[in-house]
Amino acid sequence: MRVPPGVTPNDFSDAIKQWEEAVGKDWVFTSDEDVDLYRDSYSPFWHEDLEPIPSAAVAPDTVEQVQAVVKIANEHKIPLWTISTGKNLGYGGSAPLLGGSVVLDLKRMDRVLEVNDKNHYALVEPGVSYFDLYRYIQDRGLKVWIDVPDPGWGSLIGNALDRGGGYTPLRDHFDAHCGMEVVLANGEIIRTGMGALPGSKTWQQYRYGFGPYVDGIFSQSNFGVVTKMGFWLLPEPEAFKSGNVLVQRHDDLVPLIETLNYLMNSNIVQGTTTIGSPLLMSRAAAQTAGGSGGSALVMSPGGPTIEQLEQVGRDQNLAYWNCELNFYGPPKVVEAEWEFAKEKYSVIPDVKFVDGPTYALPYDPKDVDKLPKRQFGIPSLTIFGLMGRSEGHMWFSPIIPMTGEAVFEAQKVFGQAYHDMGVPAISQLFVFPSSFFPRSFVILCGFPIYHDVEKNRRSREVFKGLVKAAAEHGWGEYRTHTAFMDTVSDVYSYNDHALRHFHETIKDAVDPNGILSPGRCGVWPKHVRKARA
Amino acid sequence: MKKAAMLLAMAVAALFGARAAAAQEKVTPSWTVATVSGQGQPKGYVEYQKYCVVCHGEGVGRPGTLALQAKYKGALPALLDRRTDLTPALIKMYVRNGITVMPTFRKTEISDAELDAIAAYLTRNNKP
Repeated sequence: MRVPPGVTPNDFSDAIKQWEEAVGKDWVFTSDEDVDLYRDSYSPFWHEDLEPIPSAAVAPDTVEQVQAVVKIANEHKIPLWTISTGKNLGYGGSAPLLGGSVVLDLKRMDRVLEVNDKNHYALVEPGVSYFDLYRYIQDRGLKVWIDVPDPGWGSLIGNALDRGGGYTPLRDHFDAHCGMEVVLANGEIIRTGMGALPGSKTWQQYRYGFGPYVDGIFSQSNFGVVTKMGFWLLPEPEAFKSGNVLVQRHDDLVPLIETLNYLMNSNIVQGTTTIGSPLLMSRAAAQTAGGSGGSALVMSPGGPTIEQLEQVGRDQNLAYWNCELNFYGPPKVVEAEWEFAKEKYSVIPDVKFVDGPTYALPYDPKDVDKLPKRQFGIPSLTIFGLMGRSEGHMWFSPIIPMTGEAVFEAQKVFGQAYHDMGVPAISQLFVFPSSFFPRSFVILCGFPIYHDVEKNRRSREVFKGLVKAAAEHGWGEYRTHTAFMDTVSDVYSYNDHALRHFHETIKDAVDPNGILSPGRCGVWPKHVRKARA
Repeated sequence: MKKAAMLLAMAVAALFGARAAAAQEKVTPSWTVATVSGQGQPKGYVEYQKYCVVCHGEGVGRPGTLALQAKYKGALPALLDRRTDLTPALIKMYVRNGITVMPTFRKTEISDAELDAIAAYLTRNNKP
């Protein structure tokens, strides 16, 4: 049997016995065969001793059981690593950051507690996946839409707490939450916002309650175990429309994005918009760049010049940039919004517009496979068919300003970084900037994982190199794999890491034994910090 | 009168017939439904619909089906529920170990009993 760090085998056996009494023998996993199911399926440490493997897993079914499990861990000073559905693949999956931690698996807590289609919200437990909530709503014919990230098997709570994003107007998942229930390290329960008022009628309707607003400190953190969370939902719209804007020259990206900002920040364009490039994604551009498809996405030193690429665009009649705009609302309104967008964009010389389809809603559930699922809040696993053949992936995901100039700079900086590290940029999946969150862009760069020690070691080095290159230009990751949480935390260093010190002050106060998810997002308990110093 | 009633009955039958035909063409995909009925279905059908078809079913954007299409190129069916050569041990090995981008599934996600049912369903047409 594996044993958590700093815990004696006797103490561990004692805790396991107590957990078995609290949640039932079937839901405490200690055999290697069962515990191995908690390893990160996409671990960048395959076949390396560095892979953090848990010592056991405990799966409570109720909040009272969570309280009991946490209290027992606190008494025995055993590190717990909390997961919801455990499908945070690309960011650590169901595995802990600190090897030997006991995984606190909340998957069994999968109750949809309420969906209200008059005030448009839901209250769910951590084990509820996007598929679960979607099915619940479909079965009852409720007039609300959820917002989904690409993989539908994730937890609404887990994804929101890791500050994930989706595609509809309510795509910023943490921002769309309203009210939490949290079990603290001592086993005490708190409810945030209006939930602090016994018998409150507005827990999922007014976020702030009274006094300091604390919900943010439970995201990307290790200060408590969230056992319930409310989410605002989108009233089922009457129509959806999309339209494409295509501009011909490299520099047209600047006005393209400037107008996009105006349209998005005015709530005319509401869903995630991704900047694309018919030219850079073309075979002709790849040939010019001397590589395979997408080679021209970053500007590699010695690669094709902008003038050469523009010439390819003219020869092949390919737009340099495009973006698809999505509109949600009444039929007349979405048509008018698209017309307005075209009017605003018509000042860019040679701009072209391609009308996308208009969907009258509600849709027939039988047609679900023909719809643009992500834009309609329909969960799927389609993304996994687009990743190429590997043993998984992890994401480098910096936030950059929502300007054309920043996109150009990012193309150059990451092109140079790859070049300096001697890695062909195309070995990674470089995705165009997207507005997963309001008012900024995130760039996603997928690193394939292999069951090959050398390849993964190199990938980790390149990943760290990109984090550094990004930080030198004022860009930071919005979220990261457990393997890089310290690396990313290190670059958020303003005023000698003052923010991290503040996080540590909170950590020491609310979890003095440091039992909850040690190391999550760079926040380590006092005893670990001391040992490292 | 009788003739009118008969005509009406024929019209109703035609209408329902047309509806039945339309219903045959278009079906609500099982993965969108929380409670899939197992009535008249073999053991494990419900579990297979609940956990597997979203990746391994028919239709657009099913990565499991796409991957098996690419792997077998028609030599074996890409849809797992059409296969007759799978063994329970093999099915369990893939679910508990994963393969390429298919991750492992823990016992809190798919219990041993549910996995037994899925294995029974996917081997139901195997020749003894």
